[in-house]
Amino acid sequence: MDVSTTQIVLWVVVPYACLAIFVVGTLWRYRYDKFGWTTRSSELYEKRLLRLGSPLFHFGLLAVIAGHFVGLAIPKSWTDSAGVSEAAYHFLATWLGTLGAVMLVSGLVILIYRRRTTGPVFLATTRTDKLMYVMLAASILSGTWATVHIQILAGGYGYDYRQTISPWFRSLFLLQPEPGLMLGVPLAFAVHVTLALLLFAVWPFTRLVHAFSAPVTYPLRPYIVYRSRDAATGGGSRTPRRGWEPSTGRREKR
Amino acid sequence: MRVMGQMTMVMNLDKCIGCHTCSVTCKQAWTNRTGTEYVWFNNVETRPGLGYPRTYQDQERWQGGWTLNRRGKLTLRAGGRWKKLASIFFNPKMPDIHDYYEPWTYEYDMLLSAPAQEHTPVARPKSLLSGENMKISWSANWDDNLGGSTATMQDDPVLQHMSSHVAEEFEQTFMFYLPRICEHCLNPACVASCPSGAMYKRAEDGIVLVDQDQCRGWRMCVTGCPYKKVYFNHKTGKAEKCTLCYPRIEVGMPTVCSETCVGRLRYLGLVLYDADRVGEAAATPDEQDLFAAQRSVLLDPHDPDVVAAARRDGIPDDWIDAAQRSPAWRLIHDYEVALPLHPEYRTLPMVWYIPPLSPVVDVVTSSGNDGEDGRTLFAAISRMRIPLEYLAGLFTAGDTRPVERVLRRLAAMRSYMRDVNLGREPVEATASAVGMTGDEVREMYRLLAIAKYDERYVIPTAHAEIADDLEEMACSLDFEGGPGMGGQGMQGAGPFGSSSGQPTPVAVENFHALASRQTADSPYGPTTPGRVNLLNWDGNGRPDGLFPPGDGTGDGTGGSANGAPRGAS
Ligand code: HEM
Ligand code: SF4
Ligand code: SF4
Repeated sequence: MDVSTTQIVLWVVVPYACLAIFVVGTLWRYRYDKFGWTTRSSELYEKRLLRLGSPLFHFGLLAVIAGHFVGLAIPKSWTDSAGVSEAAYHFLATWLGTLGAVMLVSGLVILIYRRRTTGPVFLATTRTDKLMYVMLAASILSGTWATVHIQILAGGYGYDYRQTISPWFRSLFLLQPEPGLMLGVPLAFAVHVTLALLLFAVWPFTRLVHAFSAPVTYPLRPYIVYRSRDAATGGGSRTPRRGWEPSTGRREKR
Repeated sequence: MRVMGQMTMVMNLDKCIGCHTCSVTCKQAWTNRTGTEYVWFNNVETRPGLGYPRTYQDQERWQGGWTLNRRGKLTLRAGGRWKKLASIFFNPKMPDIHDYYEPWTYEYDMLLSAPAQEHTPVARPKSLLSGENMKISWSANWDDNLGGSTATMQDDPVLQHMSSHVAEEFEQTFMFYLPRICEHCLNPACVASCPSGAMYKRAEDGIVLVDQDQCRGWRMCVTGCPYKKVYFNHKTGKAEKCTLCYPRIEVGMPTVCSETCVGRLRYLGLVLYDADRVGEAAATPDEQDLFAAQRSVLLDPHDPDVVAAARRDGIPDDWIDAAQRSPAWRLIHDYEVALPLHPEYRTLPMVWYIPPLSPVVDVVTSSGNDGEDGRTLFAAISRMRIPLEYLAGLFTAGDTRPVERVLRRLAAMRSYMRDVNLGREPVEATASAVGMTGDEVREMYRLLAIAKYDERYVIPTAHAEIADDLEEMACSLDFEGGPGMGGQGMQGAGPFGSSSGQPTPVAVENFHALASRQTADSPYGPTTPGRVNLLNWDGNGRPDGLFPPGDGTGDGTGGSANGAPRGAS
């Protein structure tokens, strides 16, 4: 199959660039900006809409992420050999995916509406937040559009991305990219993939980093944490930290 | 036995005049920043009253602290680890800003810049959160001195636990002030609630702190603390709390609230405790036994076994010595007059209170009797059920006996010392009626009434070997961005906008806040450098912006490099 330069740029260069920014950016931010690494929760300002929006959004998102994992990372041959029929797979993926997407999108709408209309929340929205929301909404809406438009409304089993997008995605991680697989992928999917890649590129520089500190180890530690003053004492506040030095020295405690 | 040290505060409520100096100086030192406008590490509430945040003591509603589950095991009242994780996207039990109050400022600039007009211009209140005009309807101290209490007092959670007739008579009966800081609990529910493990209790001095680099803003600690003494900084998205002024404590200085207390009613000292017995004491089945259980966790620093165990556990000799001289230990153990605040929350709080006798004395005197006569006072104490029950609701989970015992001791001291002061023969029977000797009464009197500075504060310093690393030993003006460096300070933003980058030491951030306030341009909201407000200029130095920018030598970023007053360093 002939692969044009555009294809290589779109399906090899851009993905690797975005993923590289994603990984290096995250490590760099963790090293230099632990103080800025937070959810920046706005629950203090407003609770009524957040009570609804945040769980809808996040639980929907977790479902969608799980779906993406199954769809992209697990080869079709595995599910086939496990005896999952095409019909069953399509049914589950589409309907669970749609349920997740409905939660996710309605949560997102509530969250964005809340950000814009609640005075204190809007005032506390930074430019990075706005960029993040644009990118996030673009990825989510394009993904939802692709699912609804191609997987549900088009009839049949929809588009079988597990023959094209999924192997291409895995080929990136096997370091043998096969951009040719992406030839002829429906536009809606191509757009969704590209937007998602761009979202990953801005990810480390936004509040989305909070997702990486999901406190999964909390159930494993004893309730009360003791630390020695002497161990917590690093360089003293006089030591100026340059931009290239990690922020692991003395910690500010309040 | 595992011996640990705990820096402990005792407050003598009889002496609090409700002046709020402690709150103000604390705020100036620690929370005078954007994001912490509503944060009062120290607050003084009038009792009866709603407290701050409103009705924080109502744990049915706020679910703070610990409770025993059906099997009698100690669990967080708001739910254990799994429930915390399940509700992490929205914390259902967190107070919002309206339970505290919406911070505001006034549009002072209007007074200067309004055009000539018929009516005098007014400075309207502006919300510091939304920038909009606002109607002030609550604040940190709205029901001070029972102000408006006929409308709100019924909601006092302590009163609600007492019978209803009591609530009505209460206002005529008495009123007192309750200054509050973080309790630096032995079994801190805030620490237990933190999913990231960013909060910790220092092993040496028991101070409970938030690691600003590890906090991820899950805001569970706010719910966990039954005293609502962890606050969420809404600008940085991180939790902040009373630090017991650890940079001062480390070098042997008392906290700012203690140092500036007008009534000189705060005592600071080290107590030793057995860390292995904390969990067991906190799980005591009957709430009313918790006070005794909490006391039993503390170790007698004069006991040779305890001293040997303390040495084994690495506590230096000068710290053991400080524990032996500790005023907190004397008030808690020797004279038994200090009580913990709400032991029923099971966090083993370590700020103790000597309950006030003065309301009883006031009633006795106003009824024409002798308010310093021991027998009259004893009789009045046992007759005045309402204050007794209220104090018991605060300090002993409702058990009036310990409160009564303390008040009788205070009354005995009053009566005994009056005889001494009038040159009469003191009545030993007065002392022995409360289980003390005359000498003990005199000693207690000296500690409570004379209260010399170095008797009130016995603070062992952190060790010289690490002195270089202590917060205040380093000249914080030399900090990057500090006044000594001419950097960007608080006006500069980290790589990801405001609130990212390295945390600025509070002293440095305050310096910039004050400097930029001198040059404030905006009538409300976070002060930004710009035009000079001559009203705030004290005539010293040359504030930025007073003259137009010169030939480019000054950087004009509001830093100190070019003329803002320099700290004496
Ligand atoms: C499982 C890991 C995650 C956890 C524990 C988590 C938790 C949180 C929390 C506690 C907040 C603050 C809510 C508030 O009080 O204002 C938040 C906000 C947010 N999270 Fe997550 N999150 C996770 C994953 C993600 C992911 C993967 C994304 C997006 C790709 C995401 C997007 C957001 C957004 C956009 C907000 C801001 C909501 C607002 O407008 O205030 N989160 N998250
Ligand atoms: S009083 Fe202080 S130590 Fe105790 S739970 Fe609250 S914040 Fe934690
Ligand atoms: S400074 Fe002292 S006397 Fe004044 S309110 Fe505070 S604790 Fe009470």
